Amino acid sequence: MGLKALDYETLNENVKKVQYAVRGELYLRASELQKEGKKIIFTNVGNPHALGQKPLTFPRQVVALCQAPFLLDDPNVGLLFPADAIARAKHYLSLTSGGLGAYSDSRGIPGVRKEVAEFIERRDGYPSDPELIFLTDGASKGVMQILNCIIRGEGDGILVPVPQYPLYSATISLLGGSLVPYYLEETANWGLDVNNLRESVAQARFKGITVRAMVIINPGNPTGQCLSEANLREIINFCYQENLVLLGDEVYQQNIYQDERPFISARKVLMDMGPPVSKEVQLVSFHTVSKGYWGECGQRGGYFEMTNLPPQTVDEIYKIASIALSPNVPAQIFMGLMVNPLKPGDISYEQFVRESQGILESLRRRARIMTDGFNSCKNVVCNFTEGAMYSFPQIRLPPKAIEAAKQAGKVPDVFYCLKLLEATGISTVPGSGFGQKEGVFHLRTTILPAEEDMPAIMSSFKKFNDEFMDQYEDNWNRSRM
Amino acid sequence: MRRFVIGSARSLIERSRQNYQSQRPLISSSYRLLSSTPAADSPSSSSSTMAPPVALNTINPKVIECEYAVRGEIVTLAQKLQEEIKTKPDAHPFEEILYCNIGNPQSLGQHPITFFREVLALCDHPTILDKSETQGLFSADSIERAWKILDQIPGRATGAYSHSQGIKGLRDTIAAGIEARDGFPADPNDIFLTDGASPAVHMMMQLLIRSEKDGILCPIPQYPLYSASIALHGGTLVPYYLDEATGWGLEVSELKKQLETSRSKGITVRALVVINPGNPTGQVLAEENQKAIVEFCKQEGLVLLADEVYQENVYVPEKKFHSFKKVSRSMGYGEKDLSLVSFQSVSKGYYGECGKRGGYMEVTGFGADVREQIYKVASVNLCSNISGQILASLVMSPPKVGDESYESYSAERDGILSSLARRAKTLEDAFNNLEGVTCNKAEGAMYLFPRIDLPEKAIKAAEAEKKAPDAYYCQRLLTATGIVVVPGSGFGQVPGTWHFRCTILPQEEKIPAIVTRLTDFHKSFMDEFRG
Repeated sequence: MGLKALDYETLNENVKKVQYAVRGELYLRASELQKEGKKIIFTNVGNPHALGQKPLTFPRQVVALCQAPFLLDDPNVGLLFPADAIARAKHYLSLTSGGLGAYSDSRGIPGVRKEVAEFIERRDGYPSDPELIFLTDGASKGVMQILNCIIRGEGDGILVPVPQYPLYSATISLLGGSLVPYYLEETANWGLDVNNLRESVAQARFKGITVRAMVIINPGNPTGQCLSEANLREIINFCYQENLVLLGDEVYQQNIYQDERPFISARKVLMDMGPPVSKEVQLVSFHTVSKGYWGECGQRGGYFEMTNLPPQTVDEIYKIASIALSPNVPAQIFMGLMVNPLKPGDISYEQFVRESQGILESLRRRARIMTDGFNSCKNVVCNFTEGAMYSFPQIRLPPKAIEAAKQAGKVPDVFYCLKLLEATGISTVPGSGFGQKEGVFHLRTTILPAEEDMPAIMSSFKKFNDEFMDQYEDNWNRSRM
Repeated sequence: MRRFVIGSARSLIERSRQNYQSQRPLISSSYRLLSSTPAADSPSSSSSTMAPPVALNTINPKVIECEYAVRGEIVTLAQKLQEEIKTKPDAHPFEEILYCNIGNPQSLGQHPITFFREVLALCDHPTILDKSETQGLFSADSIERAWKILDQIPGRATGAYSHSQGIKGLRDTIAAGIEARDGFPADPNDIFLTDGASPAVHMMMQLLIRSEKDGILCPIPQYPLYSASIALHGGTLVPYYLDEATGWGLEVSELKKQLETSRSKGITVRALVVINPGNPTGQVLAEENQKAIVEFCKQEGLVLLADEVYQENVYVPEKKFHSFKKVSRSMGYGEKDLSLVSFQSVSKGYYGECGKRGGYMEVTGFGADVREQIYKVASVNLCSNISGQILASLVMSPPKVGDESYESYSAERDGILSSLARRAKTLEDAFNNLEGVTCNKAEGAMYLFPRIDLPEKAIKAAEAEKKAPDAYYCQRLLTATGIVVVPGSGFGQVPGTWHFRCTILPQEEKIPAIVTRLTDFHKSFMDEFRG
């Protein structure tokens, strides 16, 4: 008998090509060290509850009641659950076709999709059609489904920002497509220059690639920048001219830490621009319960909204969704609760507002603490985290450090991050996992560690960094003398 | 080798391929035609460069090709009729639509297992565990189990992404459950918790299929997740026929024959899918049969993909479920001998928790380098939903004798299973009483798959409406009775034979009415079309 049934050699090549640094080498090493007893601070993934952020009380009450509806029949239920949570649980249960344990419509519970549409309309001022909103097991699944529809082969290119959240590069690899990078300008606060876009598209076409779609992540991950309305208009015009479908990853829309550029959805700008653009440009917008101030990553709840896609395409996407039967129902209820929040006068309203504001205000403070902390370090330059959950400082590695990395067989920023991990227990993701300009190095960390832990973490980082820089710069200086 | 395509969309695929090739990359000074046409599902001419990027002729042709009949055309029609009844109750000769198309027990009135839901509710809202009132509302052992589970979750944070294979402590519990079931050890590192069994199947197809030259042996009839997934990943489905005459028997000689035929056509067969208990066929494999299958996979170097989601649904005393893991270990075969992936789910059994999307695959007999790749693919989606993970661990370690909840738990479980067995028998008998219909026993799972001998006249009527004959029958059944079943062509069948799949899930009190309506419809259908 020759090769075994499933040997490494006979694996799908696309699988082998996939990289997903967020849970790659650094994370695995950090997990090993944790097992050995070292205290690790995991800042590799936007996972708020893992770093002590508490879930909001009201949604948990509602979903717990939906899980165990026999509680609703118990006369003592009011001792543990407020009346508005009880009412809301009954509301969501009535929208299901058999409670949490039944497959829902493959697109998600119609009543919840209606609530999502109403949320979008309130947010943007334009009506939204629930039939064009599909709930998914997390926004990532939605992204994969849409890219799977678009990518026919390696001749199809998807414009992706660099740096980007590596879900995009990984999915494009898995599907056998081509990633067409467009570079964000670090010196201009990670701004998006349409000329960079044109350049990237031209280069791709020159290589024979058909550019099909453009991904924007707004607010950005890992970069945090919030796109201005003018920028969004430019992007939409660009998609109109170049015949691209716009994929708007807007999962961080509630994480905004400055007031100059509030969040504006791609859909709102598209509609504002009026016909023909508003009727022609194809757009898919993504959202989630994992981020914002909810941080309910473990629920795996998300949705995508389609604009200007032909009905037959929508049918095909529905067909694919139906193979997976349905998204998980508890997360659909979380989504309903997120888009249809409590109102003044509701019993639980004040507690809900207090909890939410508390989280958002703290995130804003932590964004500032972290940016300032990084900027106080030697050879580190950090743009302000305008939104999302990450800080993406640039680490100016001295040539000797780069050399040492090479000797160790490691990419320079991986080398730095591993040393940081071993010295301080801070687990980050090297910038190479997100893409960066040649010879420029970064790391991504989250702003999620508890506020009271922040000063210690930043000073621990500074101590490591400044010593690292002294060590490798000294060598450099000495060699020049 | 037959390329297996359900609901042929061949011409559409050809057209979209042609368009893809004819599209030229735009040069940067391109301009947009102001009079752009709306959605193009017809082949466009050379101006196709300006077609909207995501139109039917430019989307991934594999998406177009794949089909999934369980939620296909007939269900869309049923939903339409349901809407019509809502607004005009007299619109149709029935009061309600009865969805017998999908294994979705709780949508038809089956109750969840109380203990499981108690634990899940407490894990969703752990704050109440500290309150004294909780003791009055929840059983003591559910509180204890919730504490135990929460202690296995870092920071007790059920809202955090977990390890990409699932929470370690829960995998330990599942591994222990597998060992208790089989008598052979299981390694928690072999377990990957997923959002239902279906995503795990997709993952394996993704790993195994490199091109259309890679084939996967699938039973006919099969649950169309397999055909859809193979189509989506660009592989080739290699069918092997189950033998209706022998209760849907699986003959290794048939496996060998299909394997050889496909190899002679240049297909590299990579894996064998076995669904046990079967879907839609309901047969439970005999242990001897399973041993022969294991031997076959070992000899031919095939990955055995064992879909065992109905392992708790066995209705006949003469058959028992044996996992393929147990069978292969009992033959003395270990990691070096057989690559085996076993799928389990929280959607079926007696728990029927479809909406939770919980399940796992146990992956054994693969090298470390392959397992790394499986982990890597799992990590791109970060993790499966935590509540589903917890439920999977509960399913694999339910209350035991002596636990406070054991009696109520076992009463609920036995009630559901015995009712399922009764419904399976009642419906089987009802189908066998119909003219021209034979129905094999449902030894397990949740379905009946009767065969109908359709008269020539009916087949012609179907052709006139451009429908497959069994789809025509099912549509007539729906419009006359409100009962929704899935045409056999959605699962595959020997050409020239017609079947439909009907679940055994409507509540017991509804079954007599269903039998009556079905019988009356069938009689009038045969009266209309009898030659």
